[in-house]
Amino acid sequence: MSGANSNISDRRKRNNLMLGGVLLGFVALVFLITVAKMMNGAGDVANSKRVPVTEQSE
Amino acid sequence: MTDASLVDTGPETDFTDYIALLKPRVMSLVVFTALVGLLVAPVSVNPVIAFASVLFIAIGGGASGALNMWWESDIDAVMKRTQGRPIPSGRVTRSNALIFGLWLSVIAVGMLGLTSNYLAAGLLAFTIFFYAVIYTMWLKRTTPLNIVIGGAAGAFPPMIGWAVATGSIGIESILMFALIFMWTPPHFWALALFMNDDYTKAGVPMLTVTHGRCVTRNNILGYTIALVPVAISVSFTSIGGPIYFAAALVLNALFLKGAYDIWKRTEAQAEADKFATERKVFRISLYYLFGHFAFLLIEATAKGFGINWAAWPQWF
Repeated sequence: MSGANSNISDRRKRNNLMLGGVLLGFVALVFLITVAKMMNGAGDVANSKRVPVTEQSE
Repeated sequence: MTDASLVDTGPETDFTDYIALLKPRVMSLVVFTALVGLLVAPVSVNPVIAFASVLFIAIGGGASGALNMWWESDIDAVMKRTQGRPIPSGRVTRSNALIFGLWLSVIAVGMLGLTSNYLAAGLLAFTIFFYAVIYTMWLKRTTPLNIVIGGAAGAFPPMIGWAVATGSIGIESILMFALIFMWTPPHFWALALFMNDDYTKAGVPMLTVTHGRCVTRNNILGYTIALVPVAISVSFTSIGGPIYFAAALVLNALFLKGAYDIWKRTEAQAEADKFATERKVFRISLYYLFGHFAFLLIEATAKGFGINWAAWPQWF
């Protein structure tokens, strides 16, 4: 019985590790996407819609 | 209560069971065609954005696979080919598969929208809806045209890849869609010819079940003939060229020959060699699709190295 318990315990540990790995990978991917978007100028596009006050008055 | 009694010794869900719910083999085709759609587009994409987009397209494809397995668990339990899947074998419950599929769909569509653009995300959402609802829940059990109309679901990935890169739909992406769409019926009917007993047992109205193998053989030949101009026409777009054209000629000749071989066979001949020709054509059809997309990629790579076929006609 202890052998079976140990087997199940090992499998659960492996499953938890894999799930943890997937979640960590997801976080890393979101971070990389954010960096890539910023480097591509996504921020610039958003900022370009802000018209300076001086231009508005003109 | 002892510690031992707290341990459930029945079939326990493993991480790999959830991977199996995503239909990895179907997913590999989705990844490959989406990647080609993205790479052949005349726009360069940041590698991180490209990688993440293809990953989310793959997750979306996997999610629709999980939803498909949730809905079809009764059929899967009857068919020999699918009895070992996580739900019929009792390793994953139906409700868990449903929740898994729905959450993955939301994550894949949402993240693709944020990563690339909303056209690509919208196309992915429609693909998941089309596969899970239109094909799985409606067409598959009601009409022998299930695979003809349902084939659209598998045809969207290159169009999504193209949309990730360009933010639009072009004639090139429509033709890549059409190529997979027209290829799907002869591919699955070749499979149905030698898996007919399984489909009959499960009550799935495949053409082989409702109209018989003879009609199916005629249809395989008809659809393969109709597929040829679609495949060749890609040569004369901005993503085609003489390399793809030469490869397409060979691949189409092979597939046509296979379809003709299937068409001319009698039932007695097929039974005698246990559907050897049908199995062979099924395999050829896999190489056929892979080959077309691989050569589109080679063509794009050649252009990337500055090889431009100036005299090559571009009709579309």
